[in-house]
Amino acid sequence: MYLKNILLNQFKNHAKVQFDFSPEINCFLGINGSGKTNLLDAIHYLCLTKSAFNAQDSQNIQHEGSFFSIKGEFERNDKTMAVHCVLEEGKKKQLSLNGKAYERMSDHIGLIPVVLIAPDDTTLIRDGSEERRKFFDSMLCQLDKKYLQQLIQYQHALKQRNALIKAFNEQAYFDKLQIEPYDRQLVKLAKEIFKARDAFNESFEPKLQEHYGTISGDRERVKIHYESDCRDEGFEAIFLNNHKKDILLKRTGLGIHKDDYRFEIDGHPIKKFGSQGQQKSFVIALKLAQFQSFLDNKKEKPILLLDDVFDKLDDLRISKLMGLVAKGDFGQIFMTDARPERSKNILDDIPADKSFFEIQPTLILD
Amino acid sequence: MNFPSKLIEDAVHEISLLPGIGKKTALRLVLHLLKQSENHTENLTHALNKLRKEIRYCEQCHHISETQICQICTGVKRDKSIICVVEDIPDVMAIENTGQYSGLYHVLGGILSPIHGIGPEQLKIDSLEKRILETNADQKVREVILALPSTMEGDTTAFYITRKLKPLNIKLSTIARGIPIGGELEFTDEVTLGRSILTRVNYSLD
Ligand SMILES: [Zn+2]
Repeated sequence: MYLKNILLNQFKNHAKVQFDFSPEINCFLGINGSGKTNLLDAIHYLCLTKSAFNAQDSQNIQHEGSFFSIKGEFERNDKTMAVHCVLEEGKKKQLSLNGKAYERMSDHIGLIPVVLIAPDDTTLIRDGSEERRKFFDSMLCQLDKKYLQQLIQYQHALKQRNALIKAFNEQAYFDKLQIEPYDRQLVKLAKEIFKARDAFNESFEPKLQEHYGTISGDRERVKIHYESDCRDEGFEAIFLNNHKKDILLKRTGLGIHKDDYRFEIDGHPIKKFGSQGQQKSFVIALKLAQFQSFLDNKKEKPILLLDDVFDKLDDLRISKLMGLVAKGDFGQIFMTDARPERSKNILDDIPADKSFFEIQPTLILD
Repeated sequence: MNFPSKLIEDAVHEISLLPGIGKKTALRLVLHLLKQSENHTENLTHALNKLRKEIRYCEQCHHISETQICQICTGVKRDKSIICVVEDIPDVMAIENTGQYSGLYHVLGGILSPIHGIGPEQLKIDSLEKRILETNADQKVREVILALPSTMEGDTTAFYITRKLKPLNIKLSTIARGIPIGGELEFTDEVTLGRSILTRVNYSLD
């Protein structure tokens, strides 16, 4: 499967641009601010219905524009899938496949798997648990429709329960009958989601170990500890016994929305004890393991987006990564670089079909 | 949007507050009204004013009514031992259109949703309980059908009502879910809806 072409209208800094892509390597070259990363983001939109960088859809409309439109045609087994994403200001985002609008955005998730390696990825290690949950959830949602629906339901029930708890707190009353339906739904969904996350982590870890070795050339042992309130056999009873504390703190304190993934290297938390190089290797290994998971599950190579990797990685890791590219381990690749000569040099030895696109803000204005 | 007159701007503003109507459509409607005879606008505002001032709700089932008790509640052919609980008025109209149901209704006026500040006090749940308790022996309520949306909020509301009515020892059923997930009654086609009311199933929480 690969993306044949894309047509952007008023998306970020791009008034109107169109590209035809190589099924193998595509390189967006241009100075910082030319909007080359925005092109990766447009592809991300077509795959996952949202931006990889900015959760506010409306902020991706070109300055002073009133809408954005992203159209792309994917080719899979000689069949074309035309994906079109439109956001008009003040309206709901629309996504269509072959001219037919989706009723629910989530129905599109998983159809076109994508993996993004971006320079800021070490936030996965450094930031709070939410980033890590998002990373694993994004994978699970693309692989498992049932998981996606359960997660949406869980988040919705959680929002309702939190609103109810807040009302209990502010109006100083408690009604067990009112909170019970949410408790039941949350406990049931939390157990299911926990099982799925736990099982996925079991299959993910060996892939991570393998790719960490490949990318770093090192033999340290890497591990992911998936931590959850639900691991406790008595989770349900503990959850139901927590009403008083929840109401006092005005939020639901227990559940899978509090889960975390602890990353370790040779038995130590990588956040504290990992060197910069080890952290970078770890993050790339996470992404390569993600790629592997998609490939194993869907028997199809996901689209790979590499944002600015030549600038952010050292020579050793670049050469390891390019070794995988040269071996043909990946499918279609999109990458960005501010220095055209560097990209051309590095890619020169790789026997693949390559397209280079010079992104110049002045030329792409209408 | 800039308007040539404050009068137009005010009218557009009021009309654009209606659901599904944006500023552009509102402007089109305003300009359309200006092209019609003055009578037309007067009739419209008169009808709306009369609607607001004179509309009544049935004191028993909370459906729209021109009398204290609505025609459904007083209808001689209606089976007064069955009450169908719905979210809102369009649901009554949808079920009536199927022609398959001859019991009574109870309009909640919404469903439970703490996010929107809607709790049991905002809905006609107490009134349902009272209504069942107060009916005389010759027209005792035997069954309550919960015809609520198959969304999380609909399920939560059904759950709450079931728990509330439990001490009354009454048969509770729910419409068969041939209705698509997330589908609201109002949009379900009449045949499916009619069938699902006839083939309703016992509602239990376990
Ligand atoms: Zn009535």
